Amino acid sequence: MALLEVDNLSKAFGGVKAVQNVSFAVDRGLVYSVIGPNGAGKTTLFNLITGIYTPSDGDIRLNGQSIAGTAPHALALKGMARTFQNLQICMNMTALENVMVGAHLQLDRNLVKAMLRLPSIARRDKQLKDEARELMCFVGLEQYANLGASSMPYGALKRLEIARALAAKPQILFLDEPAAGLNSKETAEIDELVRKVADNDVTVVLVEHDMKMVMNISDRILVLDYGKKLTEGTAKEVRENPDVIAAYLGSNV
Amino acid sequence: MSALKRHYALIVLATVLLLLPLVLPNNYYYDIVIRMAINAIIVLGLNLLIGFAGQISLGHAGFVGIGAYASAIFPTHFGWHPIFAMLAGAAIASAIAAIVARPIFRLKGHYLAMATLGLGIIIAIVIKNEGTYTGGPDGMPVVALGLMGFEISGEKQWYWVLAATLLFSFWASKNLIDSPFGRALRALHGSEVASQVMGVDIVRYKVAIFVLSAFFASLMGSVTAHYIGFVTPNIADFFHSIELVTMVVIGGMASIYGSLIGAVLLTALPQALSTFEGWETVAFGSILMLCMIFMPKGLVPTLAARFGRNDGEPR
Repeated sequence: MALLEVDNLSKAFGGVKAVQNVSFAVDRGLVYSVIGPNGAGKTTLFNLITGIYTPSDGDIRLNGQSIAGTAPHALALKGMARTFQNLQICMNMTALENVMVGAHLQLDRNLVKAMLRLPSIARRDKQLKDEARELMCFVGLEQYANLGASSMPYGALKRLEIARALAAKPQILFLDEPAAGLNSKETAEIDELVRKVADNDVTVVLVEHDMKMVMNISDRILVLDYGKKLTEGTAKEVRENPDVIAAYLGSNV
Repeated sequence: MSALKRHYALIVLATVLLLLPLVLPNNYYYDIVIRMAINAIIVLGLNLLIGFAGQISLGHAGFVGIGAYASAIFPTHFGWHPIFAMLAGAAIASAIAAIVARPIFRLKGHYLAMATLGLGIIIAIVIKNEGTYTGGPDGMPVVALGLMGFEISGEKQWYWVLAATLLFSFWASKNLIDSPFGRALRALHGSEVASQVMGVDIVRYKVAIFVLSAFFASLMGSVTAHYIGFVTPNIADFFHSIELVTMVVIGGMASIYGSLIGAVLLTALPQALSTFEGWETVAFGSILMLCMIFMPKGLVPTLAARFGRNDGEPR
């Protein structure tokens, strides 16, 4: 059974059909990419799967269990994590604290215990700080650990989002344009990081415009156009598909 | 963070509170310090809601009023022990906060401000109109607060009670913001969608912190009532709510130290300005305006940034 199954998923905003009857399945341990021209519905698809939007129609299953319409915080409990195309970093916190929030569900969130700072809370917090530091090393941000997130450069914040998502110890990680706005060197670093994440048994689903990166690291690729599934396959299959070439370059080529 | 660094501020505050009686010349000054402490404790709770969680309440004096009138009404009309009355007041305030919070926190920004404003005004109107129990606009006397045969009376005794309470609130607030619960609160302020995706049930956290701040506001309302020995509806009115929010903003949002500084300054300022006679409100308003123009982030965060502590750590 595939880890994630999407079945005839549709979403309409008024008259605009942003996603129409899209079906696909993601197997465990893969790097799965979603590509398509601007406005193809890639981010909407992500928002549907991660619970930000409620689907108009269709079903989503994680480990065989239907999750369509489940609230995002409940999905986190089922092992789902994501990053955002437009950064969603908590600028009012330090870089390290951002990563620590990622581990929210693994912690004791009791209010009274927190106010009295019982030894169990203090001990776990100390341990958590070390774990968060390790994760920052993993994504290559060790030098920023104690800095306020608001004083970090854009490229570092992109990786901070990944570290925060990994802190949740997800089964499946959704990356929405992790390389957007980065230069080629930074993109190569993200490329390498995504590989490292996949090697740690986290299934990665990726939306990305950087074709070189997508073709490089994806095990399978889904192509969307005008909210519909155009094709799905390996990098080679997708690259040679005439429909895909038409969608990207115009049909009269 | 080393143990010493964690407790540094707490030790400083404890020392100040211990030494203060040595320099306070008379009961007038004790009275001012007691009012500062009461305000500071309310403002610490309110700052958790406004500064740290990024939500607004323009009706918090309503909760102070509930506590004050619970402590006035239950012992006088029903013969309850003042401690039970105080706890009942806090329970009622928390229950009201919890019931209204779910619908209210679907709102954001101006709409949330309006809803909390309405809540505060409704409580104030009820207090004013239920004259049979509350004494109406004239207010009513409050019995003294006794603890196991010992009665708290006089400024000096109240001072020690409030110094201890303030120290505890300060410590607990600092602990809270540096805990999983507190980080979730600050995260939902920073990005609601990101914190949801991390597993934070944001409505639950907003409700929890609203209830907690209402609980402390109510307790301090009870303390005020017992300390003064008399309550009037002014304690629950809109202007008191605004005063509390102003303390949060002037001292510094999302700053524990700012809560103390804001409460101390805004309690002291009207007293210090009394020499201006008829013009004191004008002077008061001007000072607040200048503060907001030149230090929009509030006193403590602005000064902390000026002196190079810009590591983003909560203060």
